[in-house]
Amino acid sequence: MTTTLRLLLLVVRESLRGRWLIGLALLLAALGELLLRFSGGGPTTLVSLLDVVLILTPLIGLVVGTMQVHHAREVTELLLAQPIARGRLFVALYLGTAIPLAVSVVVGLLAPFAWHGLLFGADGMQLLGLAGAAALLALITTAMAFVIALRADDRVRALGIALGIWLVTAVLWDGIILLTAMLLADRPIEVPLLIMLALNPLDIARVLLLLGSDAAALLGYTGAIVQRALGGAAGQVALVGLLTLWILVPWTLASRTFRRKDF
Amino acid sequence: MLLTTLLLALQAPLVVTPGGVYPTIAAAVAAAPDGGTVRVTRGVWREPTIRLERPIRLLGEPGAVLDGEGARELVVILAPDVTVEGLTFRNTGNSYHEDRAALHADEVVGCVIVRNRFEDTFFAIYLSRTTSCIVRENVVIGHPTTESATGNAVHSWGSRELRIEGNRLEGHRDGVYLEFTRHATVIDNHSTKNLRYGLHFMYSDSSSYTGNEFRGNGSGVAVMYSHDVQMVNNRFLDNRGATAYGLLLKEIADVHLTGNEFGNNTTGLLADGAERVQVRDNRFTRNGWAIRLLASTSDGVFANNTFSGNSFDVAVNSRTVGAEFAGNFWDSYRGWDLDHDGTGDVPHHPVRLFGTLVERAPAALTLQRSLFVRALDAAERVLPVLTPRQVVDNAPRMTRDAGRMP
Repeated sequence: MTTTLRLLLLVVRESLRGRWLIGLALLLAALGELLLRFSGGGPTTLVSLLDVVLILTPLIGLVVGTMQVHHAREVTELLLAQPIARGRLFVALYLGTAIPLAVSVVVGLLAPFAWHGLLFGADGMQLLGLAGAAALLALITTAMAFVIALRADDRVRALGIALGIWLVTAVLWDGIILLTAMLLADRPIEVPLLIMLALNPLDIARVLLLLGSDAAALLGYTGAIVQRALGGAAGQVALVGLLTLWILVPWTLASRTFRRKDF
Repeated sequence: MLLTTLLLALQAPLVVTPGGVYPTIAAAVAAAPDGGTVRVTRGVWREPTIRLERPIRLLGEPGAVLDGEGARELVVILAPDVTVEGLTFRNTGNSYHEDRAALHADEVVGCVIVRNRFEDTFFAIYLSRTTSCIVRENVVIGHPTTESATGNAVHSWGSRELRIEGNRLEGHRDGVYLEFTRHATVIDNHSTKNLRYGLHFMYSDSSSYTGNEFRGNGSGVAVMYSHDVQMVNNRFLDNRGATAYGLLLKEIADVHLTGNEFGNNTTGLLADGAERVQVRDNRFTRNGWAIRLLASTSDGVFANNTFSGNSFDVAVNSRTVGAEFAGNFWDSYRGWDLDHDGTGDVPHHPVRLFGTLVERAPAALTLQRSLFVRALDAAERVLPVLTPRQVVDNAPRMTRDAGRMP
């Protein structure tokens, strides 16, 4: 355990050395500050922040994650030469990359609200929900980035794949869902639709955040099946569970690749 | 004659106490002169339905309870100028073959029903063919399970000049139901958690409701088959569900909506077959749909309203819409005001493409706020193909605060 912990600290130091993450936190904080200044901190700010969480966080997770893996390549190879179990090394590498990223995203998101004293205000719970979702998304997309970076040795190619995956999950997948919904409008499409949503972690996070926001008023209109699946506390718990599952799947994939990889 | 009536009215009230001169309410009512007062003391009174056939005042002391034992109506008013005040009516039981009410007034003039309490009654107050009655400051609370297992809190059928003021109406089918009622005034009531509507108009013309709060009902208010209805300064809040509305206007004409607030409803205002509706100075905040207009609506005017935080401001189900929009504030407005005259320089089209798509496939609502949908809306704004161009506000207001239009 101590080995893993020592390794973890080593990787964390390595991730922070790039100053990437500090810049990221500052960027998010500046964005939040601007939003607060220009929209007065009401519901509009939270809606814009939702965009930041749902669009920017996965992009950052995928791109930064991929780059970090390649960046840490030399350290990894050095460590692999030591008598350390590969499984442990992977845990340290993943956590050492994902956790600082998640922390910097959360800190960057919450900082402007904290210094404006809005953190425990009327929208405080929603804000914390946003931060939680952002952290989960950072963990998920970093795990995905590990899969990509470990399978594509070429930096540019890995980056291209990461951007492609972001494009699909953040934009195109919803287009496919919408198209399906429109084409099959007269049929009972609720269950396939829910499955399609579950296949995309960004959609899961978005629906989860919608449920916590005023837009939940609309849920009543989506039909009984969707409302039963998503409405109420059970729905939110299920969605968080799905998101957790979405960390585990790419994690397992990446871990397997890492253990078998010939560096 | 007048003098004797006056003298009798000034008489001491007839007090109903167990073991007293008047051991039952019926005995006191039978003995009371015209214009006399019957005072019911504290205690639970169980006796056959009390019929008030002369103008008297039935007054309950604190803690005076009439219990219907789940089997009957409690008081029936059959004479003019009856006052029923300060009593608690309880437990009429349900009936599926009669409109059983705790307090029933039939074909009378000038009844006054004030500061009573109604608990677990089927219908609480039932007014049929009354004139100039007043229902004020009553509290009506029910615990219904299904719509058919409960009546309306205040039910009026064929009445005139009715005034319903300052009541709290909770847990019935409708909070207030007005059918074939003319010149009704409904003011400052709180109608909450009713299964169907907070307030329901059927064929009830020339009426108004002002300053009421409708919260968490099946739907807030339904105005149906009526004309000349004034709706001012009411609050329509928290009506959630596929067929839940803050306000439903159906087959109506010449109604005015002014200064109302619509908040947190799935649909704020639904207009189906509404003619000449004037909607001014209202606030629509955080609704799913602020306004849904069905094609059967014509000559509507929506002016100087404030729309903010709604998922969809306006939705229509056809490309031809009989409504005019002017001078509203839209938080989704993307235009500018270069000449600083307070109105935007480019028109605002409040119907979103996504809204139009959702009309066809409601399940697609789970995609709201996704980047794809946002991009679609932006594209539609630039190159409109599917959304109706007639729904347009040519002079959108730039500031949120609703100053009245001159």
